[in-house]
Amino acid sequence: MYVAVKGGERAIENAHAWLAEERRGDTSVEELSIAQIREQLKLAVNRVMAEGSLYDPDLAALAIKQARGDLIEAIFLIRAYRTTLPRFGSSNPIETSEMDCERRISATFKDLPGGQVLGPTFDYTHRLLDFKLAADGETIEVPERDAVPETVPHVTEFLNKEGLIQDEAASEDTPPDLTREPLELPADRALRLQSLARADEGFTLGMAYSTQRGYGRTHAFVGELRIGAVSVEMDIPELGFAIDLGEITVTECETVNQFTGSKTEPPQFTRGYGLVFGQSERKSISMSLVDRALRWEELGEDNVGAPAQDAEFVLYHGDNIQATGFLEHIKLPHYVDFQSELELIRKLRREAMERAVPEAAE
Amino acid sequence: MSDYNFAYLDEQTKRMIRRAILKGLAIPGYQVPFASREMPMPYGWGTGGVQVSAATLTPEDTLKVIDQGADDTTNAVSIRKFFEKTAEVGTTTETSAATVIQTRHRIPEEDLSEDQILVYQVPIPEPLRFLEPRETETRKMHALEEYGLMHVKLYEDIAKHGHIATSYAYPVKVEDRYVMDPSPIPKFDNPKMEMSAIQLFGAGREQRIYALPPYTKVVSLDFEDHPFDPSKAPHACALCGAEDSYLDEVITDDKGGRMFVCSDTDYCEKRRAEGHTGDLTKETAA
Repeated sequence: MYVAVKGGERAIENAHAWLAEERRGDTSVEELSIAQIREQLKLAVNRVMAEGSLYDPDLAALAIKQARGDLIEAIFLIRAYRTTLPRFGSSNPIETSEMDCERRISATFKDLPGGQVLGPTFDYTHRLLDFKLAADGETIEVPERDAVPETVPHVTEFLNKEGLIQDEAASEDTPPDLTREPLELPADRALRLQSLARADEGFTLGMAYSTQRGYGRTHAFVGELRIGAVSVEMDIPELGFAIDLGEITVTECETVNQFTGSKTEPPQFTRGYGLVFGQSERKSISMSLVDRALRWEELGEDNVGAPAQDAEFVLYHGDNIQATGFLEHIKLPHYVDFQSELELIRKLRREAMERAVPEAAE
Repeated sequence: MSDYNFAYLDEQTKRMIRRAILKGLAIPGYQVPFASREMPMPYGWGTGGVQVSAATLTPEDTLKVIDQGADDTTNAVSIRKFFEKTAEVGTTTETSAATVIQTRHRIPEEDLSEDQILVYQVPIPEPLRFLEPRETETRKMHALEEYGLMHVKLYEDIAKHGHIATSYAYPVKVEDRYVMDPSPIPKFDNPKMEMSAIQLFGAGREQRIYALPPYTKVVSLDFEDHPFDPSKAPHACALCGAEDSYLDEVITDDKGGRMFVCSDTDYCEKRRAEGHTGDLTKETAA
């Protein structure tokens, strides 16, 4: 006897309860605190803030906890929360030249004003599992020195003085905002950069990697990678001056790319740019490579048909919340459409069989 | 959930969506870009419809949400609960009692009235997308009313299969101007789109809204010698005996047993309450 499929509501409630239980795991194991996630899974927190487009380490940590460590799910929680926040204004552009750098490297010069500062990087670690970490109660001895309060000049400015690198014209235009206006093409560079800044790290990495392997090659040098805190300021019309809203940590990458000139531009170096919330080196380097690849048109380069040169392709497919939602929606029931496909296939098959039978008889 | 505004979205966002809806109604079938917001449900799960509903609902409205024609499919339940929580509107499963109906993949069997709004969830609003993947191109094609590619596709179907091999999301032409994707409703539902209610289509991920005012001319694309055929399973509902409703096929055992029942659960329940019976309900009664 067929029983009508009812009880979606109860099924959802039960599924949520089970999910909550699974999230907590074995209750004899101590529960993770938001502070622990924020402090000890900082790079995960950074990624969630960057792709969630919301700078709030505590909320990002909460999202990671709630999402059971699924970072895309955590990003989703942040994005959905972000929707509900009223926008009361825009800050002034942050001044990364005044960054309080904790890491700053250049691959294009051996040494340079401001120095090479490795900072907290995995770069020269040997990727050996450290079993000591599995034991509890580690304390780390770190040598310290006084901070040197100095602003570190941008590497590309050295090249710019010689006219060797293409100049970026300053603009007073308000950049478009794809979280407030629908994405429309062609997208200018500011819009592309916004889109890339919140694009999926894996997607951006894959796109950037493809340019390195020859699909729209632009041969990038990391002119500079810097990570540190910058202050965010906002003009308050009633006050007539800018006030400091707080500090955020960002990663900025500027690539210097080979460029032999085109019909419109003389031979010179060109730039790719990446800026991401938190310490997110892989993402910011990837972003600057993809940014550079997407600039083929303004620089008068050839479109070789590489995916990373195709702004529509990159911008429409880089958002992991859009992508994962649409991908996973095929889990939803589609039986009405499937039913109509069934009818169609049956009909086409029936007719094909009928046609086949007389032929076989001949 | 007093922390959120009525129907989740803030008033500015709702105003922006309402503008897009009005523009859509003014140019039936035209896809209006709108700044779709991230909603607390995933893209592809009805965010467009939810945003349109949120911008449409007033506290006095009564909402019905269906997915696959049914009120109790999990995603319909989830969206209904979302509005119960964030808008505190009344909800119903009864088609005629609803003022706003959000749907995925179906149009209710019962005729809708001028007092009702039907909100569709749309995954891919662009009917030309699978013929031309570039948005920049397809927008141009709509602007120039260049729909030859679509007719060629339909013609090729006929040449290859003897039929147009599209059974859902079957393209329509609106007021002799725009070719429009009716969302993935079975083509059985296409003729119902010429109706008394307002029809609004929301595609969240693709950031498009489009609309059909009441009594808009909506023609399913076809050829004179291959007229449009809104087919369905050639059976009657096993529960209510309806022969005019769209049917789901339900597999009843692992030996090929199956039955056909109305996909519109409200329609089916209503008919059974009126005393109609189908093959199965007759047997049970006997």
